[in-house]
Amino acid sequence: MIRLKNMPINNRPTHWGWLAVLMHWSTALCVFGLFTLGLWMTGLDYYSPWYKQGPWIHKSIGVLLLLLTLLRLFMRLSLKAPLPLESHKSGERMAAKATHMLLYALILIIIMSGYLISTADGRSIEVFSWFSVPATITITGIQGEAQEELAGSLHWYSACILMGLVGLHILGALKHHIVDKDTTLLRMLRPYANKVIRKSQLK
Amino acid sequence: MKQIYRTAIVVLALVFAPLSFADNYKVDVKGAHAFIQFKIKHLGYSWLTGRFNTFDGQFSYDEKNPSASKVTIDIDTASIDSNHAERDKHLRGKDFLNVSKFPKATFVSTSFKNLDGGKAELKGELTLHGVTKMITIDVDHVGHGKDPWGGYRRGLAGTTTLKLKDFGIDYNLGPASTEVELSFGIEGIRQ
Repeated sequence: MIRLKNMPINNRPTHWGWLAVLMHWSTALCVFGLFTLGLWMTGLDYYSPWYKQGPWIHKSIGVLLLLLTLLRLFMRLSLKAPLPLESHKSGERMAAKATHMLLYALILIIIMSGYLISTADGRSIEVFSWFSVPATITITGIQGEAQEELAGSLHWYSACILMGLVGLHILGALKHHIVDKDTTLLRMLRPYANKVIRKSQLK
Repeated sequence: MKQIYRTAIVVLALVFAPLSFADNYKVDVKGAHAFIQFKIKHLGYSWLTGRFNTFDGQFSYDEKNPSASKVTIDIDTASIDSNHAERDKHLRGKDFLNVSKFPKATFVSTSFKNLDGGKAELKGELTLHGVTKMITIDVDHVGHGKDPWGGYRRGLAGTTTLKLKDFGIDYNLGPASTEVELSFGIEGIRQ
């Protein structure tokens, strides 16, 4: 494991490293952006200038989010995450852990199903103008139903579930910040503070 | 009493006469010697063509009484194929065919009239997107005769033009793309 002195790029038992924080908020931005863009672009008029541009950006960012998520998962599994705050009850810890695992799983399911829509006819996915992801994975449809239809339903319903879970995730963070007045949310916001302490905790 | 029976038999014979002499053909979907295709202008600059992969049908044809011919075709709308998965998904959705609500399109003929030069005029009711409308199909008698495997086949080709709006499909594809041309090439095997 890489440990650089005075540069908290890595996670410490007391706080997240700035890399983890950066990746967390990039993911948040991508998830909200992709959901909004996806919802908006599928209702566009054929003559809208975004009719082709919207899906192109949606797919490109989706592939980039896949890479980011795989990297995050790898880091989460191979590097130690900060310890839960002592004030966290064991029920809260379990609920948080389950939510986090589901968030990761749903992001992967949504991106894979999106990939299966666009590659159902063997076409590859262009990621901006940088590179293309070939259509190498296929699934067999149920009783003649087309791959893009099955994958499309999965893509939409898992995206809705993800947004629900994101809501729960946000509510949990706000509950820690406002009700419990602990540093759960702050340590995902201030990576450089060696030790985040709230005024309320000093009293 | 005998007179009544005799009259009844004659009347029944007359009523069913056209049916009893007409040859019934089953559309050869098994061997895929039948095609239902569509084409529509893209922006007014080119033709986009596609087809329906799954359908079934039969027709009857009597050379002595062609006007008694009947044609019925059932099309599985979800089987639309324009050689682009994302477009097909859009075409199956609510903007166009809405296949989860209207999984079938059907054509049932109401009249058949032979014209000169191997042509014919076929009229019937087309139900598409939940809307039933009378349409006229220009038919070509392509050919008929024995096949090499002991059967007898007859082929018809037809074309017609539909206004998408007539069938409640009003997604704006532009002024040049309001009509779709349907063409059928069906080969029937005599039963």
